[in-house]
Amino acid sequence: MEIGLNHYLVLSTLLFAIGLIGVMRRKNLLLLFFATEILLNSVNIAFAAISHYYGDLTGQLFVFFVIAIAASEVAVGLGLLIVWHKRHGNIDLDNMSTMRG
Amino acid sequence: MFEAIAFYLFAFLTTVMFFIAVMTTQALHALTALAAGMIFISAFFFILGADFLGAIQIVVYSGAVMALYAFGMMFFDTTRDVKEKNGNKYIVFGLSILSAVLVVVIFSAPMVTDNISALYPMVEGAGNTQELGMVLFTKYLVPFEVAAVMLLVAMIAGIVLAGKKMDLSLTLMNDAEIIEAKIEKNKKVLS
Repeated sequence: MEIGLNHYLVLSTLLFAIGLIGVMRRKNLLLLFFATEILLNSVNIAFAAISHYYGDLTGQLFVFFVIAIAASEVAVGLGLLIVWHKRHGNIDLDNMSTMRG
Repeated sequence: MFEAIAFYLFAFLTTVMFFIAVMTTQALHALTALAAGMIFISAFFFILGADFLGAIQIVVYSGAVMALYAFGMMFFDTTRDVKEKNGNKYIVFGLSILSAVLVVVIFSAPMVTDNISALYPMVEGAGNTQELGMVLFTKYLVPFEVAAVMLLVAMIAGIVLAGKKMDLSLTLMNDAEIIEAKIEKNKKVLS
């Protein structure tokens, strides 16, 4: 049985849906970051598959840049999270409803 | 044949791992499952012939990002169970419908766009890494440099944010205050 582009795209959609479920149900900000990583990775699979099946390298380069963006997002996000945890003692989303700083 | 077996095996493993990462109430289980899922995703890149991306995926995600998360979790109370959000029913409903529409669009999209031609076609006789390098350092040189600057900014932001003594700023104090702070610090170390 031949594996086609549709197989990869459906898998990518499935993983994206799992990530969406995570974004919807998580209250802890650290685990919300995990769900975001899942979203980014599912899109990466779709890019790589399209790049392979159309013989075009642009998809792989986009994956490259997405990985760079994900890495910097983690660095800045975790730094902010550590500062918040030092001041307030928790990282729940419900306590971040105000922007008083 | 082997491609199909590998695809289904890794698809199953990745889905299960990410499902665990999303559904578990233990933060450490979520971290471990996410790291495993990242490794399994690199297998798809190897199947698709994108060897460089597979290596990058393992090095960056399982090496750097997971180490960063593990480092961050040392600051947080990870032993207690994570509280879950009882989401708004309408938001969950709407997002489910959105996901279903997404599946339909993805199924139909490759049929609609059959006449796509490659903008940067693969070069014959060159490895994947060589091909990527040729395109990256000619057509995508500026985005590459911008990404490098962005990573530098992120590194500085991480150092500044996670560094100790957030309430003190050495650039805003005069010399007497800096000396005073140093003396206080030494007292703490000695006592």
